[in-house]
Order: sequence, then structure tokens, then C-alpha cells
Amino acid sequence: MSFPFSAIVGQDEMKLALLIAAVDPRIGGVMVFGDRGTGKSTAVRSLAALLPHVPAEQAGYQDGSPCKGSVPVPFVDLPLGATEDRVVGALDLERALGAGIKAFEPGLLARANGGFLYVDEVNLLEDHIVDLLLDVAASGENVVERDGLSVRHPARFVLIGSGNPEEGELRPQLLDRFGLSVEVRTPQDLGQRVEILKRCDMFEREPVAFAAKWHRAERKTVKRIAAGRAVVASVTLSDAILALASRLCLNVAADGLRGELTLMRSARALAALEGVCEVDAGHIARVAPLALRHRLRRDVLDETGSTARIERALEELAA
Amino acid sequence: MIASSDATPNALADAILAARLCAIDPRLCGLVLRGDPDARNAVIAALQAGLPADVAVRRVPLHVDDERLLGGIDLTETLARGEAVSRIGLLAEADGGMLVLPMADRLSDATAARIAAVIDTGEVVIERDGIALRAGTRFVTVVLDDGIEPEEGPPAALVERMAFWIDLEGVRSPGLGQDPGYPVLAPEDDRMLEQVGCEAAETPELLEVVVRTAAVLGIDSIRPVLFALRAARASAKLARRCAIADADLTLAARLVLAPRATRMPAPADETPSEPPPPSQRDDGEEDSAVTAPIEDIVLAAALAALPKNVLARIAAGRSRRGRNINARGGGERRKSSVRGRPMGARAGVPGGGQRLALIDTLRAAAPWQTVRKCGPGRVAIRRDDLRVRRFETRAEAVTIFAVDASGSSALARLAEAKGAVELLLAEAYVKRAQVALVAFRGSTAEIVLPPTRSLARARRSLADLPGGGGTPLAAGLNAARDLAEAARARGRTPFVVILTDGRANIAADGSAVRNRAQTDATSAAKAVGAAGIPAAFIDISARSRPEGAALAAAMGARYLPLPRADATAVHAAISQARKA
Repeated sequence: MSFPFSAIVGQDEMKLALLIAAVDPRIGGVMVFGDRGTGKSTAVRSLAALLPHVPAEQAGYQDGSPCKGSVPVPFVDLPLGATEDRVVGALDLERALGAGIKAFEPGLLARANGGFLYVDEVNLLEDHIVDLLLDVAASGENVVERDGLSVRHPARFVLIGSGNPEEGELRPQLLDRFGLSVEVRTPQDLGQRVEILKRCDMFEREPVAFAAKWHRAERKTVKRIAAGRAVVASVTLSDAILALASRLCLNVAADGLRGELTLMRSARALAALEGVCEVDAGHIARVAPLALRHRLRRDVLDETGSTARIERALEELAA
Repeated sequence: MIASSDATPNALADAILAARLCAIDPRLCGLVLRGDPDARNAVIAALQAGLPADVAVRRVPLHVDDERLLGGIDLTETLARGEAVSRIGLLAEADGGMLVLPMADRLSDATAARIAAVIDTGEVVIERDGIALRAGTRFVTVVLDDGIEPEEGPPAALVERMAFWIDLEGVRSPGLGQDPGYPVLAPEDDRMLEQVGCEAAETPELLEVVVRTAAVLGIDSIRPVLFALRAARASAKLARRCAIADADLTLAARLVLAPRATRMPAPADETPSEPPPPSQRDDGEEDSAVTAPIEDIVLAAALAALPKNVLARIAAGRSRRGRNINARGGGERRKSSVRGRPMGARAGVPGGGQRLALIDTLRAAAPWQTVRKCGPGRVAIRRDDLRVRRFETRAEAVTIFAVDASGSSALARLAEAKGAVELLLAEAYVKRAQVALVAFRGSTAEIVLPPTRSLARARRSLADLPGGGGTPLAAGLNAARDLAEAARARGRTPFVVILTDGRANIAADGSAVRNRAQTDATSAAKAVGAAGIPAAFIDISARSRPEGAALAAAMGARYLPLPRADATAVHAAISQARKA
């Protein structure tokens, strides 16, 4: 049983990023950076309980056979030490040995299809697995050509990574593939810290009672996500807003077009989450740090944080 | 009851007490022990005595592979039965018991991260070699830290997750007369004591004391605060109390919070005493107690237990334990056929980290099936058929800069070297290389930047690198060689870059005798050459002189006279030298 999402104290930015990714999976994943003991993985894992159901033909391994009904959105936690064959899928060992049948055993990518794939300590994951994840996440399809098998199946998932920058930074080309990036800090406010302690303690001792206490809040969030998913496609962006987004990206010198695309998609998802049918400048301002902070060209001698640079650019545009 | 909190803190008694607390509440996760082996064994024995009889105790050797650590396919059984048989690993076997990590300072970050993930989630999840397995497990971990240098230490990810950090350095005559005489809990007491601390959630003051003490000591993470609360509760249980008493809180502050302090608190009269914000309360009870005196007592207990060198450490800006600097990311240093990019298979027996290449094995066995006359649906596989996987791993490169920070022109030179380090660091992101920086000036050499790939750390360390004084070239070369050899011992490829004018005037022992200084420098240079460490010698003097070239020759290094080296030129020269 995971800690209820709604019971997490503070960490508004992280919660916002996760909700946006839940509303529009095309955002391209969320990367959560933070020091130890800031509740990164707690928040991400708690998201699993919040996801509304989806039609069965959109989730999990699809080998072409029809399926009916609805299933919960898959949430797959990629364990460290997972081997490539279990990630992409491989020959079914049991059937190969027992009956000599060549059959495909779907891997974690197949299981995550239509849902979320979470990698804790993403900077400790082996390079070739990270490359593989990014490749599949970008193409939405898993192509297996190994062990004499030739299989392809849909693998559309939202990649969520978390890590501690002290333990080694991510390669920039990898960072850029994540749609949103969040920096987490421990709350410094005494009251908040007491509240965290109180809730963690209560959850630890009486998890069932604690979950029941937060059940209504959780239901409300699930409904919000479901409603957001339903309307996100119809949220409109006016030309003025598009121009604002482009100017912002130019002003902060964000590399590539991916930043602009993510900025617009996440602003739209935020509007949908709030039940508004048109994106306004406020939405852009709120998602801009999330969508752009990891795409700014890094100046080794500039001490100014990326977030500060984005905020400054936003202020200039507003003036 | 807890008399020892008033007496002078005794490290061994504390450690044994901490072990008992862990045995009472395994969610305290465990202890980091440093120092005397006998004392550590006494603590482990105390922990084992506190746990139920016959529980599993597992030691994790340094060279453990994922298959044994986490679990995986049981090859013998699989082949014998003709169906996939999985086997749980050490972490799952240790369920309910104890996990001992000897020489944890040498533990790889990758292994530490796997153990940390299992501690966090309370279950082992395996997705490997065609096996998907889940097994719940909760154990007490004992991390044995044998690091000598302050830079060495167990991986931070693991240390952070242990409630107690105890230094047993200098503890004598362990195990005798040190026992504080706490009662050992009988199982039948458990039910009565289940209720201990149940009202803790209803007394926010208690939580506030813990949170506030942590804040005063500059503890940022939320985990220690939770640990402190758990420790206090376990302590109450150990003393057969039904509620957390002041003594329990002081004990928790001393054992859990004090070792993690990152700053000295402000003088007592400035301790923050504003009333806690009432807005955060759910129950809306009135907030009468402003600053309970217990808070001062708890803080005092923590302060008394602060390690003596805390100020020095705080000044040096590093926490007591935890190895952040050796960030290795996913780049593997093991040369064995464990992981990396697959490279095909070869004949061999799996085990010792070598993994079965199933398909190749089956393929090798296939032609013989008719001869071996096995029943239908079964495959006869013999030892000779077995194939193991081979992987290609990339050895990590470490570039070590030894920079002459002496004399008046040092400041400019230093700035150039700093620039080159930053340029290389930016490159290191992509190539997964690391850089380190040694500066020598005055009478000694100093490791300014231990091997790192973190730009944040590098920038911080580089920012205030001082210059001036004599030229202890021999000391600088020796320090660079030590670093290079340490890097090599960890399986990385070192490359040393020396930036100096080659005019040594301080001998290896720190005395200012020019002749001896020069001889010492030459022999230090020869030692680098003899160790076979690839190096580049960048002569930054305004007019190059033969000393530099001679030293470079002694080191077997490439000699690059660069009268006016700037960051870009140094960077270009190094890139070229490495390729050569």
C-alpha cells in the first residue's frame, strides 16, 4: 500500500508535474531531481493509486487479440538490476525448455504500455537500459529482434525518473528527452515538517485507517484527472498565447523545438485539469519552469539557476 | 532509567543500546558502525540477541552479483526439471533477520542502490533472466565502515537510510561491563507494549520537539526526524514504559540526530522560541505550551553527543559520512562478464557473476539430442553445452590535474587550470569521465577536488582555491600519483595532467632546501613513470627551461611547453595528448 498522494505535504510543483503527465501522457515524461529524504519516490509511487481506468485495448501487452472491458492504468516500477531481456521481453524460458516452443514473453515495456514506467535513481541505471527506454518512449513501439524472435508491439508509456544530482548528473541528451523536470527540496517550514512527521508516522502505524481518512480526497483527484483527460483535446490555445510561448523560449534560449511543444502541451493539460477551456498566460507562467528548466544551455560559470532565468524572462515578457 | 544520558556518552554502550532499539523496531533500518572490529562484533551479537532466535543472518560480500543479492534463476534446478525455477537472493533470505555489509566503504553504488530500494519498499522485485519475482522482506542492516580517509565511506544512499551512525574508534575492552543492563523483552510482553507511544500522534508538542531539534542542528532530510521518533518509541518500549518519556527523546536526539548535525546551533538564548504555527493543526487544539523546557533538554543531549570534529567538518562543508564524491552513475567499472553491452557468448559454466546464455546453450545442445536419446519434450543438456554471456564495459577515465598554485603568478595560472577543469567536466557528462584536482603550494599538496563528475561540486570546490607560497612539486606529484593509483584500484583509467613551471623549491618533507626539492621532485616523477600512469606535463613558465622537460621525461609524460596557457589551449592539448 502506498502513501496517499493527497496526504503529501507541500511539494506542489512535483504534484503538479505528475498530474499534468497523468492528464496528457504525450508530455514526454517527468524527471524528479532532489536530495535524499525529500519524498521523491513516495510521491511518484502514490500516483499509481490515482490513475483512472482505461479501455483494456489501450493498456498492457497487445498481441493483436481483442480484449474488452477496462483496466487500471498500468504503473510499472522498474527495479534496479533489471536485465535487458526482462525489460524488452524475450523468449519464454519455461516453454522453450519444457516444450521446445518458441514463444515471446512480454517484458516490462509491454506491461507499462498505456501507463507509467517509473525508474528510481535513474542516474544509477545502466546506460544501455536507459538508451533503450528513451528510444521506446519516443517511438511508442517496442521492436524485439533477439533469441530468434521477431516481435513488435505498442509500448506507449510515460517515463518518470527520479534521482539525486549529488550521485552523478544525467547526460544532457537524456535530460532533454524528459518533458518536465522538477527540483524537489525538503520543506523548511517547521509547521510543515511537523505535519509530515505526523502523517508519515500515522501512515506507518495504521496504514489502512490513514488511507481511509484520505480516501475522499484521493477520489476527488482521480475524478479531476479523468475529467482533464476527457477535455484536454478540446482546450484551445489562442495565437497570442502561442506567440507568448515562442517568445519565452527564444528569450531564455531553450534548445530545440521540444521545449515549445512541451510548454504548450503542458499548459493545455493544466487548463484541462482546472476545467478551463482556454489556455491563458497564467497557465504558461506556471508550467514554464517545469517545461524549460532542463533545456537551457548550461553556462558553467553562470551561477544563476535555470528557474531564476525563466522567471526573469517571464517578468520581462509581462512588462 | 536511562542513566547513561547523564553520564559521559560511552560509544559502545550507545551502540549496543542502538542495536537493541533496532531489534525492537526493524524500521529503524540499522546501524553504521565504524572502528574497532571486536567492539563491532559485540554490537552485532547484541543485535542478534535482541532478534528472535533462529533468524537469518546474511553477510553480503563485496563481489556479490545481482543474482545472489536479489535472486534469479536457479540453473541446476531449471535444467534438472525442465522448467524455470527461481531462487531468492540474500536480501529476501534475510527477511526478519539481519544483513551485515562488511567493508561497506568499498561497496559499489550500484549494489548500495539495490539494497536501498529494497529497504524503502520492503520487498525485493526481480525482473531478470526471464524471471519475475516478488518477495517481501524487512531486515536490520549493519553497515561496517572501514574507511580511513574522511573521503572514504559507505555509499551515501545507504548511510542515509540507517538510523544510527556510531563511531567505535578508540573503544577498549569491549563486551565486558559495558552492558547498561537493559531488560531483554520477552515475547509475551509484546502485546502489552504494542500500545506504547500510541498517543504520540495526539501530542504535537512531542513531534515539534523532534522537528525543532533537527532544524536547530541543520538536518535537512526528513528521514532522521522519523528515525528519531521511532527510536524514542523503541526506547520507551525497551524501558517498559507505555508512553514516550523525556529520557527517550533525549536518547533519540543523542543517537540519531547528533551524528547528522551539519551546523552548531545558535547560542541558547537565541534558540527559536516563536510559537509553532497553529494553522497546520488538523485537530485544532489550543496551543498553550510555548517552548517546553524538554526541548532544551533534548537539544542539550544532542549537543553533548556532537562529534568533537564537528566544527572542522562543518567548515570543510562536508557531512560526516557518505560518499558522494565517487559518483559513478551507471558506468560500470567491473571488467568481468557481468553487465554492459552484450557481446555474444562463449563456452563456460555459469556462476561467479557469469550468466547463462540460454539460447546459445540450447543451440549448442540441439544437434546431439537424437544421440542423447532424451524423452519427448525434454532437452538433454550437458556441461559442455553451457554458454555464458559476454559483455563489453567501458572503463571510466579519471583525469587528475596537479596544479602548481605557488608564487605570484599563481593566481592567473590557477584560473586557467580551473577553466580547463570546467571544460573537461562539461565534456565528462557525455563521456562519463571524471576529473580531480590537486593543488600544491606552500609546503604541502592538497586534494582540492576528489574525483567527481558533479558540476555543482566541482564549481564549489574550484571557486575558492587559494594561491601563493613555495613550490612543493614532489608533494604535488606524490598526491597525484596516490589519487591515480586509488582510481586504478577502483578499476578506472587515470590520466595525470601536471601544470607547473618545474621549479621545485620545497622538498617532500616540507623543508625549503632547493637542491633536495629538485631531487625529490625527480624521484617523485620517476615514481609516476614507474607506476605506468599516463601523464601530460604542461610547462607554464614564461620561458621554458630544461628542468620541465627532464621531469616530463622522468615521468614518461608528454611534454607541452605552454608559456601562456589558457583554458582552451590546455583543454586542446590534453585532448590531443590522450589520443596520442
